[in-house]
Order: sequence, then C-alpha cells, then structure tokens
Amino acid sequence: MKPFEYVRPSTLQEAIDLVVSNPKAQFIAGGTNLIDLMKHGIAAPEKLVDINHLPLKKIEKRDGFLRIGALVLNSEVASHKRVLDKHPLLVQALHAGASGQLRNMATVGGNLLQRTRCPYFYDRAFPCNKRVPGSGCGALGGINRMHAIFGVPVKPNPRSCIAVHPSDLSVALSALEATVWVLGPRGERQIPMADFHRLPNNRPEQDTTLSNGELITAVEIPDAVFPKHVHYLKVRDRASYAFALVSVAAALDIDQNRIKTARLAMGGVAHKPWRLFEAEKMLTGQVASETVFRQAAEVAMQGARAFEHNAYKLSVAPNVIVQALKIAAGLS
Amino acid sequence: MTDDKPDDPTPPDDGTFFEMSDRRLFLKQSLAVAGLTLTPFPFLKTAEPDSDETPVGNAEKVRFTLSVNGKKQQLSTDPRTTLLDLLREQLGLTGTKKGCDFGQCGACTVHVDGQRVLACLSFAVMQNGRKITTIEGLAKGDRLHPMQEAFIKHDGFQCGYCTPGQLMSAVSCIREGCANSEADIQEYMSGNLCRCGAYPNIVKAILDVKTGGQNA
Ligand SMILES: Cc1cc2nc3c(=O)[nH]c(=O)nc-3n(C[C@H](O)[C@H](O)[C@H](O)COP(=O)(O)OP(=O)(O)OC[C@H]3O[C@@H](n4cnc5c(N)ncnc54)[C@H](O)[C@@H]3O)c2cc1C
Ligand code: SF4
Ligand code: FES
Ligand code: FES
Repeated sequence: MKPFEYVRPSTLQEAIDLVVSNPKAQFIAGGTNLIDLMKHGIAAPEKLVDINHLPLKKIEKRDGFLRIGALVLNSEVASHKRVLDKHPLLVQALHAGASGQLRNMATVGGNLLQRTRCPYFYDRAFPCNKRVPGSGCGALGGINRMHAIFGVPVKPNPRSCIAVHPSDLSVALSALEATVWVLGPRGERQIPMADFHRLPNNRPEQDTTLSNGELITAVEIPDAVFPKHVHYLKVRDRASYAFALVSVAAALDIDQNRIKTARLAMGGVAHKPWRLFEAEKMLTGQVASETVFRQAAEVAMQGARAFEHNAYKLSVAPNVIVQALKIAAGLS
Repeated sequence: MTDDKPDDPTPPDDGTFFEMSDRRLFLKQSLAVAGLTLTPFPFLKTAEPDSDETPVGNAEKVRFTLSVNGKKQQLSTDPRTTLLDLLREQLGLTGTKKGCDFGQCGACTVHVDGQRVLACLSFAVMQNGRKITTIEGLAKGDRLHPMQEAFIKHDGFQCGYCTPGQLMSAVSCIREGCANSEADIQEYMSGNLCRCGAYPNIVKAILDVKTGGQNA
C-alpha cells in the first residue's frame, strides 16, 4: 500500500478544503470499501481525510422528510425506531447487504459511493476502463455473469463499462425517491437519487455525478405513503453475505386492492440503481394481481440485453420483479 | 501485554504493493510539503486533551491511544497499519486471526466500543480513543465466557481458526437481539465463514447461550 498522510478535520469546510486542494486526497468514512481498494492497489490516496468525527450522525424528523446523516452506520439506520416504523423497505435492503460486522462499520454516504465488484476492476492484471480509462474492458470478452443487462449500448463500446453498482441501500433509496444532500466548494446542493449514480458511457471512471471535494452530508427520504406494502428481494449466489445478482425494491400504495402508486427499482442489473418507471406507470390504477405484475415485469424488461454469461438475468429478473410485487401486495 | 512497543514496526504485512522507490519518493514529497501543512494531526489534541504527546509531522508515524482489553495503550504506527496488524504484530494479540484480510471471512472480528467489526478493514489510527475487546479479553481471568463454554460443549469448531471471530461475532449477535431462532442466527452470523463447516454446532452453541439466558 502506498504511504499516505492521515488527517482528521474538525469541520465540514476543513474536510472539503483538504480534498479540493489536493486531487490525491480522499475522504474515508467506515473504510470498508476504500481500505479494500487501497490494499488491492486500486485506490492510492496520498492523503486520507478521516470524516468520522464530523457532525453528520443524526437521524432527524423534518417536515415531510426523514433526514439521515451521511455518517450514520448502516446498522444504526436499520435499528432506528422511526426507520423501522416508516421505511421498512430500507431496513430490509440494509439487512440484505454485507454482514453484521460490516454494517456496524459502513456509513450511509460510503455505501452510496462504494465501487463496483467487477472482478476485472479488482484485478490489476486485466484491462479495465473504470480503473484505467481507455485501457479496455476485461469483462466484455471475459466472464461477465455478474454484469449489466440495462443501460448498455447494443453495439459494445470498447471505451465503456458493463459493470453493475453493488449497493443494496441505493436500490431502496431509489424506490423511495430519496435525495442526496452534498456540500462542496461551491456550496450545498441536492441530488435526486435518480441522478446521483450515472451510466458509464465514455467516462466509466465516474460512478456518480459528484464533483471533486463534494461531501455527502445526508440523504432525505420523503414520508412514505407506503410503509405497509413494500418488499426488498435479493437473489444471490448464496443465501447471505453475497452481492446481488438481481434485486428488486418494490413499494406499493394500495387502496382496496387497487394500486394508487407503485415504485420499483432493481439492483445488480445496471451501472446505477435501475428505476422501472414504465412498469410503475403501467401498474398505477390496476387491481393488484399476479397477471398484472407479470405484465409489469414484461414492460420492465424491455431494452434489456445480455452478454455471454449473464443471459440468465433476463429470465431471473422478471421473476424477481413479480415475486417482490406479490410479497409487497400481500399476495404471496 | 507490553508498553515497550517496538518503535519501528515492520510495514504492515498486508500482501500488497509496497515498493521502496514509492516510499523514498513519498518521503521526499512529504518533507517538501511538511513546512506548509503543519500542524498535522490536530485530532490528537481534541481527542486526547490530557495527552502531552507531540504528534509527529510526517506520514511515517502517528501516535494515538487505544484501550485494548481494558488496558490503555499509547501507540505509534505507520498510518497504513490496520487494527488487525496492530493487534497481532505490535501488541502480540494473535488470538484475532487473519483469514482473508479483505473483509470476506470474519476471522478478524473484534469489538470496538462493544460492537463487532472487522479489524482487517480499519486503520488502527482511526480507532483513536476507542475501546477494543479481542478474544483475549472475552474470558474473565480463568473463567471462560459462557459462549466459549457453549462452543466447547457443542463442538463448535474443528481446526479452530475461525473460532475467535465466531465467538466475538456470536456474543454480538445475541447482544444485537438477532439470535432468536436458528434461521436468525444463520443469517446474522453469515459474516463468519468456517472452512471446516462447523456451522450446525456453532448455531447450537449460540442458541444454547441465548435460551439459557446467560449473559452474553
Ligand atoms: C465482503 C463484503 C461484502 C459486502 N456486501 C455488500 C452487500 O451485499 N450489499 C451492499 O450494499 N454492500 C456490501 N458491501 C459493501 C459495503 O456496504 C460498503 O463497503 C460500505 O457501505 C462502504 O461504506 P464505508 O463507510 O465503509 O465507506 P468507505 O470505504 O469509507 O468509503 C467509500 C467511498 O466513499 C467515499 N465517501 C465516504 N463517505 C463519504 C461522504 N460522506 N461524502 C463523500 N464521499 C464519501 C470515500 O472517499 C470512498 O471513496 C460489502 C463489503 C464487503 C467488504
Ligand atoms: S465492466 Fe467496467 S469495471 Fe469491469 S472490466 Fe469492464 S470497464 Fe472495468
Ligand atoms: S481477515 Fe478480516 S474479514 Fe477475513
Ligand atoms: S473450525 Fe476450522 S475454519 Fe472453522
């Protein structure tokens, strides 16, 4: 591991200034992703800016929102009374991620910014556009069973990336239409979850729309109209402690069996949490039933395409959508 | 345990890429900027108000304080040292195991301020001021912790390599209220792998402690 200088700023502004003034400086929160990457020689910050002592650790009720500080631990979010009461989808997604130990270390901000688990990104012997822009994509002609089926061009783009975003929390936050609050050199701004992560296009090294030095301060979740009819369903290679092959966050507002609002997001299928806007539209106003859910899944899968080893996702994904909706609606 | 910690610990044995040339280059760079960036490590002053330690001014060593198994320790390490390497290499607490070193196996599980965490994915300096409990701190003198007793009773191990991590995690699992059924225990202990496959007996041991109402 490259040597680095360790600094612990005491204010948000100081932390931001430290990173803005040095392109090789990086924030560290729980460290569970960054230290892993540093050990692999993929991240090599010269300066580590430890943000753990900044005042971003509160969960607060605001008018119409729940505000969760960027440094609240995943386990703290998942055991917070208000979150349990109002946002069970978030709790389910958090419990589906990582392990008890990791959830005690991982922060909300760090979780959103964790990097892909594409094995070629981690293996420096292979080309990878995300790790070394322009070097090629090891997964395109390699083993790509974990990789994306949405948001990838029909003709393979050798400068791009077919990796998926690994966060479970982000999928639930997308379905709940959360907003990410950031503070940076040009002040504060809010980014809707749908615009926070990005598709790779020709800049796969850029996972999100954050710019250098911007610090996540909180996520805000609008008060849910659907605390009851939600479900997070994650399919993986083993029953627990594995990243998603496909996951679905489903949230329904149902009134006497009729769907008033539907929110659907998928994980493990794209470079960002994948909102199923068309399927949501299709479901609105319908009477909840397996047939309708099956139709929604068909709509959702339009535009999906597979690579050599991930065609199974084309049949697994719609089944996961249907099953998540059935459980959310209480039909299963 | 000892207070006369070696002053010049070997670089962390993390199997990664440490090249002398990098280090020299870096030293040159950090000397060049040292004049501009001091005072470094201001955290030491705020986190440890009664400490008269003068923090050092380069990336080579940082001083900090930990309480390890009830004993306060003044430490000094290269900031790259993980909590796991600090415990094992510098403090001689080799009960905590290094399985994968990448957060994937749970062998390095310790408690920080009473919560289970992975010592391999944390830099030791980041734990300044915290209370660390390792497997060596679980028993009370000669009296084994109830979870240790239960692992022995139920044959919760074979080679024993994963066992310290399993024990630390199991104690937390009960504290966190996640050991109410076999299925719960399987889910909330999933961060601790066992190559010997002692899982069924580990689950039995945890259930036994839980239902026996013993203090975890
Ligand atoms: C074995 C293993 C299994 C896992 N399984 C899962 C899983 O199933 N599902 C899942 O979702 N995750 C999983 N994870 C990933 C884990 O959830 C992430 O590593 C964790 O959430 C990252 O949070 P952190 O606080 O540790 O981030 P860090 O490692 O500290 O930081 C990650 C990145 O975010 C940046 N950063 C952190 N906080 C901020 C902030 N406030 N503002 C700006 N930048 C910031 C850092 O600079 C760094 O680039 C797993 C991890 C491991 C090791
Ligand atoms: S899929 Fe993306 S992360 Fe994986 S090798 Fe290709 S460019 Fe790199
Ligand atoms: S050694 Fe830390 S998780 Fe494997
Ligand atoms: S007892 Fe051998 S690895 Fe668990």
